[in-house]
Amino acid sequence: MIAAEIRAKSFGPAQVLRDIALRVETGEVLAILGPSGIGKSTLLRIVAGIDGDFDGAVVRPERLAMVFQEPTLLPWRTAAENLTLVHPDLGREGALAALARVGIGDKADLFPRQLSLGQQRRVALARAFAGDPEGLILDEPFASLDPDTAEEMLALTERLIAEARPATLFVTHSEAEARRLATRILRLAGRPATIAPDKEGR
Amino acid sequence: MSKAPTHPATIRALSLTALLGLWVVAAAISADPMILPQPWALIGPFWKAVVSGTLPWHLWMTLTRVIWAFGLAMSLGLVLGLLMGRMPAVDRWLDPWLVVFLNLPALVLIVLCYLWIGLNETAAIAAVTLNKIPNVTTIIREGARALDPGLAAMAQVFRMPPLRRLRHVVLPQLAPFIAGAARSGIAVIWKIVLVVEFLGRSNGIGFQVHLYFQQFDVAMVLVYALSFIAVMLLVEWLILQPFEARVRRWRGA
Repeated sequence: MIAAEIRAKSFGPAQVLRDIALRVETGEVLAILGPSGIGKSTLLRIVAGIDGDFDGAVVRPERLAMVFQEPTLLPWRTAAENLTLVHPDLGREGALAALARVGIGDKADLFPRQLSLGQQRRVALARAFAGDPEGLILDEPFASLDPDTAEEMLALTERLIAEARPATLFVTHSEAEARRLATRILRLAGRPATIAPDKEGR
Repeated sequence: MSKAPTHPATIRALSLTALLGLWVVAAAISADPMILPQPWALIGPFWKAVVSGTLPWHLWMTLTRVIWAFGLAMSLGLVLGLLMGRMPAVDRWLDPWLVVFLNLPALVLIVLCYLWIGLNETAAIAAVTLNKIPNVTTIIREGARALDPGLAAMAQVFRMPPLRRLRHVVLPQLAPFIAGAARSGIAVIWKIVLVVEFLGRSNGIGFQVHLYFQQFDVAMVLVYALSFIAVMLLVEWLILQPFEARVRRWRGA
């Protein structure tokens, strides 16, 4: 379960977020839609605990995982090491299995620079799910991929979420992606931004 | 057109041969072995110094001081550079000190260390270390400022413990800066070690150079200086360059 209450978040004199309260239950996928620059990433960074400078409170599970906009891999470590360094209990075998699950079991000993962007994102996805997360945060993980790769990644993510059933918070500006993955959709709007419930949400 | 040599090793060999040729010509023009002996005139004295054991002994003394000062300066400079690069408050407080020490002449530091600590090994190594720390700190600080915030966020979300974060996230990003500091460091350090020995030690290459300087023995001064240059070239080729190649392996991949 992820719960966040953000009364206010400012950068200097400019307030970005106000009066946001959200709660994601285990197994639920909450999508937050909003145009670029509205403060979606700021919201995620607060929920993930990267940014602690705000007025409010966040409850997050012990095992939290995140998929960033960029793959954010350690370029000086191989794909398998990128998994085991974050999840030491995994061991080499576990890392190979996790990479195989995202379809790149044969790339375990390559460095991230030797992989395509799509493959790097698969490693990032494998890293997020390898720790059996109770909470998962996705920050536009399908941005800057070509349509075919984006579709493959979406299907893969859908499958992995269905297997692990974490409380998932998913941020995107794509309506289609949100409808596909989410069980519930909220919109971020206004300035400073706050939550507006989605009228046609399922 | 294509007759010019292009292989780096060939060019390096030719360039060094040209330097040697310049030496031979200069020695022939001066025509006075007291001022500049021919290169081959050094072979005899060199061999004698090696066989008697004096050259290896003094070489070893200097090398020990270089290793100590290098290790101390690199580790202290690394810690200071990381602190100053990551914490603006520390940077603001220590930056003026850095400027003072960067501009303090090596000679002044050496003399003060001998005066305050005494004419001993501690003072010698402290003097060299203090001379080099500001330099290492400045280079590492640049690296620490350029650390990738995305990777830091990743390490934080996945709760990587501090030591693993340092070893696998921070140090690899600093590696090119560490290698740069090490290379410029080792060259500067051995020169300062020689001055330290010249002024206040009774062994080492610097002491021997001092001795033969007083006897106006150019040949022996050259023998000792060139021997140590050879040792430092070996360190560069056998240790520093392979280390650099190793930490850059993932880039070329």
